[in-house]
Amino acid sequence: MNNMMIIGQYVPGNSIIHRLDPRTKITVIFFFVVFVFFANSFWSYALLTVFAAVSVIASRVPVRYIAKGLTPIWFLIVFTFLLHLIVTKEGQVAFEIFSWKIYTGGIAQGIAISMRFFLLIVVTSLLTLTTTPIEITDAIEEMLAPLKKVKFPVHELALMMSISLRFIPTLMQETDKISKAQASRGVDFRTGPLKERIKAVVPLLVPLFVSAFKRAEELAMAMEARGYQGGEGRSKLRELRIGKIDVLIYILFICVVAGLFLLRS
Amino acid sequence: MDITFEHVSYIYQENSPFAHKALDDLSFHIPSGSFVAVIGHTGSGKSTLIQHLNGLVRPTHGKVSIGDFQLAKGMKPKNIKELRSKVGIVFQYPEHQLFEETVAKDIAFGPANFGVSEREIQRRIKEIIPMVGLSEELLTRSPFDLSGGQMRRVAIAGVLAVKPEILVLDEPTAGLDPRGQKDIMDMFYTLHQKQHLTTVMVTHSMEDAAKYADHILIMNKGKKYMEGAPKDILIQEEALNAVHLDVPEIIAFMHHFEKKFGVELPFENQTPKQLAKQIQQLIGGRLRNE
Ligand SMILES: Nc1ncnc2c1ncn2[C@@H]1O[C@H](COP(=O)(O)OP(=O)(O)O)[C@@H](O)[C@H]1O
Ligand SMILES: [Mg+2]
Repeated sequence: MNNMMIIGQYVPGNSIIHRLDPRTKITVIFFFVVFVFFANSFWSYALLTVFAAVSVIASRVPVRYIAKGLTPIWFLIVFTFLLHLIVTKEGQVAFEIFSWKIYTGGIAQGIAISMRFFLLIVVTSLLTLTTTPIEITDAIEEMLAPLKKVKFPVHELALMMSISLRFIPTLMQETDKISKAQASRGVDFRTGPLKERIKAVVPLLVPLFVSAFKRAEELAMAMEARGYQGGEGRSKLRELRIGKIDVLIYILFICVVAGLFLLRS
Repeated sequence: MDITFEHVSYIYQENSPFAHKALDDLSFHIPSGSFVAVIGHTGSGKSTLIQHLNGLVRPTHGKVSIGDFQLAKGMKPKNIKELRSKVGIVFQYPEHQLFEETVAKDIAFGPANFGVSEREIQRRIKEIIPMVGLSEELLTRSPFDLSGGQMRRVAIAGVLAVKPEILVLDEPTAGLDPRGQKDIMDMFYTLHQKQHLTTVMVTHSMEDAAKYADHILIMNKGKKYMEGAPKDILIQEEALNAVHLDVPEIIAFMHHFEKKFGVELPFENQTPKQLAKQIQQLIGGRLRNE
C-alpha cells in the first residue's frame, strides 16, 4: 500500500507548464483531445507527437515516471493495435500468419489508433502531473462561472471537488495505517479463500468510516467557526491570471491546429 | 527474542519522484528482555523502524532478525503470522483500530485470529481488563461510546491479549491526560518486568526514557544518531539539542546545580527523592547552619 502511486499524481516543479494558468492547460488539452481525432496522415500524427513530446520535455517531469504511470495502459494500447491489425481488411495483403491475412491497411490503422490513444493519455496525464488539484478546481469554477446564471451550484460543486481531492491522500494514509494495525492483529488481507478476504475488509472499513465522519464533522465546524457561508461575496486567495506565456501558448497551439489541417490528407 | 538490524535502509515509493529514504544504513542490536526507548524528531524514521519488527514492511537494503525470524528484501517469509503473534504493536492512537460491536469482541479479535481458544481468550480478557484500568461492565458496551482514554485502554488490551513476547509501543501515551500517561506507562513497565518482555517504545518524553528504559536509541533523519545506556546518553545536552531534543528536567536541574555550586553531581538514574537526599548530604549541613 505505501508504495502505491496514483497515476498522474502531481509532481511539484516550476517549469513553464507548471506555471501556466490552469485554465489555459485545460482549454489546450481539451482541444488537443478533440483534434487528435482529426489527424489522419503520417505528418499530421508527427506534428501532434512533436507537440506532445515538447510539452513533456518542457514540463521537466521525468519521462521514466510518465512511462511508469502508463504501465497499466500499455496493455490497452497493444490490444487496440492487435485488434485493428487482425480485423481490418483494407489495402494489400502484407503477410500471412497461421493462414490469417494481415493487410497493410490493418497495420496503418493499428498504428494510427494506438498512437491516438497514446497521445491522449500522455497529454491528459500531463495536466494532473503539473497542476495541483486545487488549481484544477479553481479553474473549473472559473470556467463554469457563466452557469451560475442558470442557478447551477458551481461554487458548491467546486468546493465538494476540492474537499474530496484534499482528503484523498489523508484517506489513503488512514487506510494504510489501519490495515497495518489490523495486520498486526493477525488479519490476512492478501491470502486465503475469497470469503475470508472479504470478511477481512470489515475491520478496515469500519474504522475508516468512523474517522471519515468524525473528520467531516470537524471540518464543518471549523468552516462555520471561520464564517464560511457559501460562495456569495467570497473573495479569493489565489487569483487566476492569464499571463504572457499563456497567450503565447494559445498562439502556438492555434498554429499547431492550423498545421494539422494543412497536413491532413 | 533478540532484535538485530544490519545495515537496514528503507525507501518509501522507490523509483518514483517521491522516493524518500526513511531509514538509512541502520544497525543495532537489542538483547532479549531489554526496555528500549527510541527517540527522535518527527520524521526521523521511528515509526518506519518499528514497522520492520513484525514484517509490515521489509528492508529495502540490509537485514532484520527477530529471534529466529529473518526479514530482507525479496524474501517472502511463510511464518509471518507466527512472527506477528509474537510481536505486538500498539500503534500511535491505537483507538483508531477499534471496530467491533462490543469491547469484549474487540479485545478477542487479535487472539482469535491467531487461533487462541475461546476459553483461553475469556480467561485472558478477565486478567487484562483490570490491568489496563478498565472495569468489567464495559465489556458489553460499544467501544465507540467510551471516552478517548478508555478507548486507548481497550485497544491496548486487544494487543496484550495476544500475549506477545516483544511489545512495541509507538508513542503510547500521546494525547492522554498526565495521570493517564503515568498509569499506562507504569502498567507497561510492570508487564515488561513480570512477563519478561522485550519492549521497544517510541517516545517524545525524555522523562519516560530516563525512568523506564535501560537502553536508548536516538534517531535523526533515518540514521542512528546515538545509542547507549540512559545515564550516558541523556546527559549530553549539546548533542541532544543539536537534533531538537532536550535533556530530562532532572538532568537540566543537575547541570544548573553543578554550575551554580561548583560540585560534581553525576547522573545515575536517580529519582527526584534520591537526588534530594544526595544534595542534602552534599550541602545540607551548610544550608541548615545559615
Ligand atoms: N507511507 C509513506 N509514504 C511515503 N513517505 C512516508 C510514509 N510514511 C512515512 N514517510 C516518510 O518517512 C519519514 C519517516 O517517517 P516516520 O517513520 O513516520 O517518522 P517518525 O515516526 O519518526 O515521525 C518521514 O519523512 C515521512 O514523511
Ligand atoms: Mg511516528
